[in-house]
Amino acid sequence: MKIKVIVTLKNGVLDPQGKAIQQTLNGMNFGNVEDVRQGKYFEIEVKEKDEKKAKSLVDDMCKKLLANLVIEDYKIV
Amino acid sequence: MRSSVIIFPGSNCDRDMDVALKKFGFKNQMVWHNDQSIPKSDLIVLPGGFSYGDYLRCGSIASKSKIIKSVIDFANSGGLVLGICNGFQILTETGLLTGILQQNKFLNFICSNVFVKVKDKQNKYFKDLKKDVLKLHIAHNEGNYFCSDDELKSLEDNNQIAVTYCGEDGTENETTNPNGAIKNIAGIFNNNKNVLGMMPHPERMIDKYLSGEDGSLFFKNILDNFK
Repeated sequence: MKIKVIVTLKNGVLDPQGKAIQQTLNGMNFGNVEDVRQGKYFEIEVKEKDEKKAKSLVDDMCKKLLANLVIEDYKIV
Repeated sequence: MRSSVIIFPGSNCDRDMDVALKKFGFKNQMVWHNDQSIPKSDLIVLPGGFSYGDYLRCGSIASKSKIIKSVIDFANSGGLVLGICNGFQILTETGLLTGILQQNKFLNFICSNVFVKVKDKQNKYFKDLKKDVLKLHIAHNEGNYFCSDDELKSLEDNNQIAVTYCGEDGTENETTNPNGAIKNIAGIFNNNKNVLGMMPHPERMIDKYLSGEDGSLFFKNILDNFK
């Protein structure tokens, strides 16, 4: 079963890449872009039929490797 | 003094470190990341480079490699562990050191000589060091040190801040901060001060004809403190 994870920087953590993207978009006349936060997206194929079990496994993976909880939050979607 | 330098796929300062350690009399050995154990050592060095191509986050994959368990055990038993540049990033990812190295504030790769101030001399790396300000070299894209306010307070309270970016005269401010690191932090210790991670490369400052010799002071000092 495929589990999807989104990892983003925590609120309040400076995201210079997001800032650069925002400024570029503003420069391309997308003047109404007020903020951009860049993140990471993972698709994880888990050999597990039970969705709850699969998600709990991925949750463990997020904590141990996929996200660094000092600066990042993760969301299993 | 026996030392071991761990090589990961993508390490590129491992040989420089080997040359530097041997120059000052360390009995150094190179250890491959896939090895199970580390030969008897008094100092373990995680060198600079781009381990695993900096995939996921700098140092994150290396921090789960086979050899790391031995490095963590060694550190927890009080052994000296030194992480330079990518080695510092790996140490934060293992949890041996607090915080994380983020991308440089202005999104640029920085390669330049810098001055760093030695903030603590009650440890085996800097005890009795003759100088307070060292001229060293940095080369990194992710050197912007970050940690939570609580962690910062704890680092300050326990004198775990090892070196900070400064001017030649020791001034620390925004203009002497190359990468946006909080409090100009260039290197930190763990609680027991046997684990040191820092972005600057002392191994690139060991020859007066090439760059400078403040790195020599650093290595000689570790040896002197070991005697």
